[in-house]
This record gives sequence, structure tokens and C-alpha cells, in this order.
Amino acid sequence: MAKVRGAIVVDIEKCKGCGVCVPACPQDVIQLAKEVNGKGYHYAYMHLPEECTGCTNCAVVCPDGVITVYRVKAETV
Amino acid sequence: MDIKDIIKPENLVYRRTPLLTDKPLSYCPGCGHGTIHRIIMEVIEEMNIQDKTIGIAPVGCSVLAYEFMDIDMQQAAHGRATALATAIKRLLPDRFVFTYQGDGDLAAIGTAETIHACNRGENFIIFFVNNGIYGMTGGQMAPTTLPGMKASTCPFGRDTKIMGNPLKITELVAQLPGTYYVTRQAVHTPNAVRKAKKAVRNAFEYSKLNKGLCFIEFVSNCNSGWKMNAVQANKWMEENMFPFYPLGDIKVPQPEKV
Repeated sequence: MAKVRGAIVVDIEKCKGCGVCVPACPQDVIQLAKEVNGKGYHYAYMHLPEECTGCTNCAVVCPDGVITVYRVKAETV
Repeated sequence: MDIKDIIKPENLVYRRTPLLTDKPLSYCPGCGHGTIHRIIMEVIEEMNIQDKTIGIAPVGCSVLAYEFMDIDMQQAAHGRATALATAIKRLLPDRFVFTYQGDGDLAAIGTAETIHACNRGENFIIFFVNNGIYGMTGGQMAPTTLPGMKASTCPFGRDTKIMGNPLKITELVAQLPGTYYVTRQAVHTPNAVRKAKKAVRNAFEYSKLNKGLCFIEFVSNCNSGWKMNAVQANKWMEENMFPFYPLGDIKVPQPEKV
């Protein structure tokens, strides 16, 4: 069966760590990092990259538009 | 499958619209302004009207909107965005004109301009961002502050006996014959953002018909002014703002009688 795999790329330096994307993710993929970016914000990152389906929910709610989403249909055996 | 195999240009499904400039947004983390900017720019990109759109920036947090939106923009005096939009739309009637105003700008100092522009039925769009507070100046009480809601000038909550009642300006302008499409949206969840984007698209489509003013209110958060984090502010907004400012269409165009 074809499985949909997705991935997000966060623009770490522009992320303000508001955390709005965290509850928006239906797969609980996103968390805020323990590390901080240049401005001192805990940026968002993919905590469970295998679970991402590329639904774009996080990118749609991101106030700063820092999330880019990729999606691919992966064939699994 | 490795992440590197997924992150390829041909698999791209969502990216920040190039109609937003590369400048980092000046808003607080989690502020709804950024999302609203983005959906307006996405609709302009989809309709391919970048060179035909003129925006009016207000006074308030979004005063620098012209730095972030890659379209022609003009910044108006406090509350006078609708007056300026009237002039621009009348001089250049083939352009799409919109104003982008907060509640302090539109519902307090600019009430007269707003109501008269709506009543005259000018053919532009008003995007009204309502967060129930004066965000930029430090969270003072605004005309849209809810009863009992705390702000820096009413630290014990708004007392309607002394400070009056909140103003539902969206319901007010919906009564006027000059408005064509009046709706209230929010941008706190993915679903709400998608609905709001459809409403923005409708407003731009109706703007082509020259039938009257389109008015979209966005109920938004102000996590700095409300002294919460972004997620708490969205939750507070759902629990307290939405019962008073219910989401949904208030005035939709009726099909013309044959």
C-alpha cells in the first residue's frame, strides 16, 4: 500500500518559537527544540520525522510562514 | 525512505508565498497578523493580481505592513485608511484596493470614516483585525474589549457601567445598504485559516463586481497584551472571544431576482 510521507523544513532563524504549530499537528510530529536560535527562541523541529504525512497544517497556521512542506507517496512492501 | 529523499523541489507542497518580502515580521511570536498577511498575499498570488492591488496600511501593530507585503501600499493617518482607500479606488477604479486595520484604528478613532465608507458602498475591501485590545501601545482597553476583560487601563476588568459596552462594528456595518459581503473569521487553527482564506478569496472576487464594500473581520489574539503564551491565548480566544464575536458570515450576497 502506498504510504504518504512528508517532511517539513523550518527556517530556524526566522522561527519565533510561538508553538502554534505543535497542537496543529495531527501526528504530534513537531516539538520545540531545547536549543535556541540566534534570537533566543526555542525553534520548532520534527521530533518524529517518520510520522509526518505532509498535511501542511503546521505551515498553514504558522504566523511567520517559516515552514516549508514536502510530500511524497512512498511504496511500502 | 530518508528525509533527504523527501525534501526535493518536485515534492514541494507548501512554501511561504513570494509576495511576502524576506523581512522578518515585526509581530510578537504567535500573533495572528502574520497569518492574515500571508493568506491575503496567497489569494493575491492565486488570482495573479499583484500589479493591480493597492493596500492601505493603518496605524497600530500592522503599521509596517507595507514592509512585508510586496504590493503597492500606502500608509494612512490614524483611522483614515478607509478615506484614503476611497480616494485611491475612485481615481484608479480598475485596481483592487483593500485596507488592513486593527480595532483601535477602525473601531475607535476611525469609526466615522469606516461607517461612512460602508454606507457609501465604496468598492474596496476592509480587513479588520480584532484582538480586543490596543496591542502596540501596551494593551490598553479598546472599544472592542470584552466586559470583564482585563487590560492595562482596566486592571480589574472592563466595567460596563463606567466604561460602556463593547462595540460590535461588524454587525453594525452589516446593517448598512452599502456593504455587499460581511463576515467574521479567525486564524487560530488550520481549519479556521483555510475558511478565512476562502472568505478573502470571495471578497476579492466580489470586489470585481463593483457592488459594494466587502468587510472581513478576523478575531485574533494578542498574547503579549493578554499576558499569555500563544497557545493559551488561542484557547482563551476560543472560550471568551467567540461567544461574544461568533464566527461566520453575517451578510452574504443574495442572488439577484430575475
